[in-house]
Amino acid sequence: MTAHDINLSRRNLLKGAGALVIGMSLPQAGRAQSGAAQVFKPGGDAAFAPNAFIRIAADDTVTVLVKHIEFGQGPFTGLATLVAEELDADWGQMRAEHAVADAKLYANLLFGIQGTGGSTAIANSYEQMRKAGATARAMLVQAAAEAWKVPAAEISVEKGVLKHASGKQGRFGEFAEAASKLQAPVEVKLKDPAQFKLIGKDGATPRLDSRGKSTGKAQFTIDIHTPDMLTVVVARPPRFGGKVASFDASAAKKVKGVVDVKQIPSGVAVYATGTWPALKGREALKVTWDESGAEKRGSRELFAEYRKLARTEGTVAGKHGDAEAVLVKAEKVIESEYAFPYLAHAPMEPLDGYLEWNAQGALARLGSQLQTVDHMTIAKILDLGPEKVTVETMLGGGSFGRRAQPSSELAAELAEVAKAIGPNRPVKLVRTREDDLSGGYYRPLFLHRMRGAVKDGKITAWSASIVGQSFLKGSPFEALIKDGIDPVMVEGANELPYEIADFRCELHTVPVGVPTLWWRSVGHTHTGYAVECFIDQLLQAAGQDPVAGRLALMGKHQRLANVLKAAADLAKWNGPGPVNGRARGVGVVESFGSYVVQIAEVSIGEGGEPKVHKVWCAIDCGVAVNPDVIRAQIEGGIGFGLGHILYGELTLDQGKPVQSNFDSYRSLRINEMPEVEVRIVPSTEKPTGVGEPGVPPIGPAVANALARLGRERPLSLPMVGGTV
Amino acid sequence: MAHTITVNGSRHSVDVDDDTPLLWVLRDNLQLTGTKFGCGVAQCGACTVYMDGQPLRSCSLPVSAVGEAKITTIEALAGKEAEAVQAAWVKHDVPQCGYCQSGQVMSAIALLKEIRKPTDRDIDLAMNGNLCRCATYVRIRAAIHDAARTLEG
Ligand code: FES
Ligand code: FES
Repeated sequence: MTAHDINLSRRNLLKGAGALVIGMSLPQAGRAQSGAAQVFKPGGDAAFAPNAFIRIAADDTVTVLVKHIEFGQGPFTGLATLVAEELDADWGQMRAEHAVADAKLYANLLFGIQGTGGSTAIANSYEQMRKAGATARAMLVQAAAEAWKVPAAEISVEKGVLKHASGKQGRFGEFAEAASKLQAPVEVKLKDPAQFKLIGKDGATPRLDSRGKSTGKAQFTIDIHTPDMLTVVVARPPRFGGKVASFDASAAKKVKGVVDVKQIPSGVAVYATGTWPALKGREALKVTWDESGAEKRGSRELFAEYRKLARTEGTVAGKHGDAEAVLVKAEKVIESEYAFPYLAHAPMEPLDGYLEWNAQGALARLGSQLQTVDHMTIAKILDLGPEKVTVETMLGGGSFGRRAQPSSELAAELAEVAKAIGPNRPVKLVRTREDDLSGGYYRPLFLHRMRGAVKDGKITAWSASIVGQSFLKGSPFEALIKDGIDPVMVEGANELPYEIADFRCELHTVPVGVPTLWWRSVGHTHTGYAVECFIDQLLQAAGQDPVAGRLALMGKHQRLANVLKAAADLAKWNGPGPVNGRARGVGVVESFGSYVVQIAEVSIGEGGEPKVHKVWCAIDCGVAVNPDVIRAQIEGGIGFGLGHILYGELTLDQGKPVQSNFDSYRSLRINEMPEVEVRIVPSTEKPTGVGEPGVPPIGPAVANALARLGRERPLSLPMVGGTV
Repeated sequence: MAHTITVNGSRHSVDVDDDTPLLWVLRDNLQLTGTKFGCGVAQCGACTVYMDGQPLRSCSLPVSAVGEAKITTIEALAGKEAEAVQAAWVKHDVPQCGYCQSGQVMSAIALLKEIRKPTDRDIDLAMNGNLCRCATYVRIRAAIHDAARTLEG
């Protein structure tokens, strides 16, 4: 097969099965290749679109328009499961694709704008998508009732087939057209969970995107190619806050394939006929940077400042009793200070975007995680009404939070690049791994200073001082900051699941000129480690078992206690060891409404590096919609968390990022991945998130195991090869 | 200058600089975008293709060095190992974001062509050049073992 054939067949593939395919009045050819280019239109065209989420085609396929970005966490499969359940569809007829960005139709019900984050995709869609499915079912049944001249109540639906006792039966596709002419019912009844056939059923809903992703057919932003498209890379300042002082593009423009060079607000953009000429052109570019306003402190300087600050009084983020009074009188104060580096998200696909525009409108295609914000940003920069701008969400090659940008920095740069070269020149903005790692928007650097006291085998006081940077400050989400406390800096640390009589948690918020961002599991990435290491240290000092000791303190937190018991049972917990050179450590973190416990079995491996053999994990995330997706997210969350706890570090040296690619930003590899066993604790509570909660417990679980192998719980992360 | 290379059984002539990595020729000139870019420095394996049947990081081979070698990309996979591996990938729902998986699949097939019944250690050695930031490693391992069983018949 030649490249040409492949392009054609891909085009066919992406046209989608829907009969309801309507192009919008957009400038160029990109639309034809788009997987998400079909627009919702109620009724008509021999297909049935009962609402903004479902299209049923004459060929019997049911396509769910998914408002959340799919970057691996499973919303395509998850939202399709919710629809299929209430529709009584056959799983084989289900398809999923991204909905075109629309704040009204597709808002995240927990955000008020369209966006994905905080592990909310299933939580906010659970009723909405089930209702969408139930509505479609009711209309199909009504259409069949009218055709068969029987009462609707006598029609049953099973695996995509409508049936009547008279022997009449038919598939959805046959009634799609008739159903599309009916009025949608105002009220629909949802199933009793006891009747579920797909939700929570293991093996019933294999992922909808596995085949495309196993054959190289799945299309990501970086794969977009349209006629006359220019590939663009941007030279950005070496330090955050730097600006272009001047540049000389003469050598760059001589590179074969370079078409133009333009200054944009974030740097200097090189436009070329392909990626390699663009990169070579950028290499040949001479830019003088104005660094007068740049951040010049490095990680070392920041840690030194933070350590000092942690010894001064901060803003109280949580308090009961009088921890300071108890600590002053305590015979012995136990202290630990945990240092957390900046971390990059490093999604496997570095960030990128495609845009074509003219005075009539614009089409942007990118892995957008906050579609509404990106949409408005592009419209504003191109000076077009938002109704003239179409944003199509692409499959994201990972995100881990990086694509959810309150600042819309990627969409803004994309629009600026397109604007600078002018209309009718489609652009694809790409970033290299070096651009990605040195580009900021890191998990902020943090310091936790913990102090506690133990008396007669009991923990009597706990005091924490947290120092870090707020990324909500100055963002559209600033309103979340209350009384000087940015909640995502202290989540998991200002209230503990453990009953300790005298407790205090303080926060210091330091302004630093390094752009930072949420990173898979946000505040819990550091608070989970600090809290769970320290509770374990105090329990050890009190002579208590890590499991029994925690359980004894969890009075009010029965769901969490049950999950801890489930994990201990799964691991056949019999104390932390060590046994035959292997010790076990526990990590317990509630995040995003889900309760997760991990027990890690660890030994000291080659070169003295921790070797994690196995992780037992129990989770309670409410109703488990897709059990296998949950397991996958736990496995992946453990690998992601473990890789960063062991090796992850983005160091700034006098303001400049040190690690530039995967040779220095070490990432977990297959030989370092532990075995994972997961138990999903049955629950009838509303579903909560699974994309993030698997991450936080693994770090402290490993540290706590190390403490039983005669090592100190690592105070400075990463555990291996830290440079600061 | 013009370079003529053999990709997936066809001859292609492309007019690019000598130092252009094969990866960008495949992706930008031939629009074979199943082969991915992840690092550009032979650290992640997302760009894995076969050169005369052997896995190779296409980001680190200049087009001028391809010569008469036959290049195969994921788009042209065929044969029982490929079928077994891709079927196992689907059965185990290995991919999450999916971006690394072309490279994973290419490396896994090459492994099974070489070693019929790989041990965990064989898998570690053959696959540790392929990063997966989603950490789908547990399933990659399970799927390779499963594919090996399928091939055994
Ligand atoms: S892109 Fe070639 S190894 Fe990473
Ligand atoms: S599946 Fe996302 S990087 Fe491997």
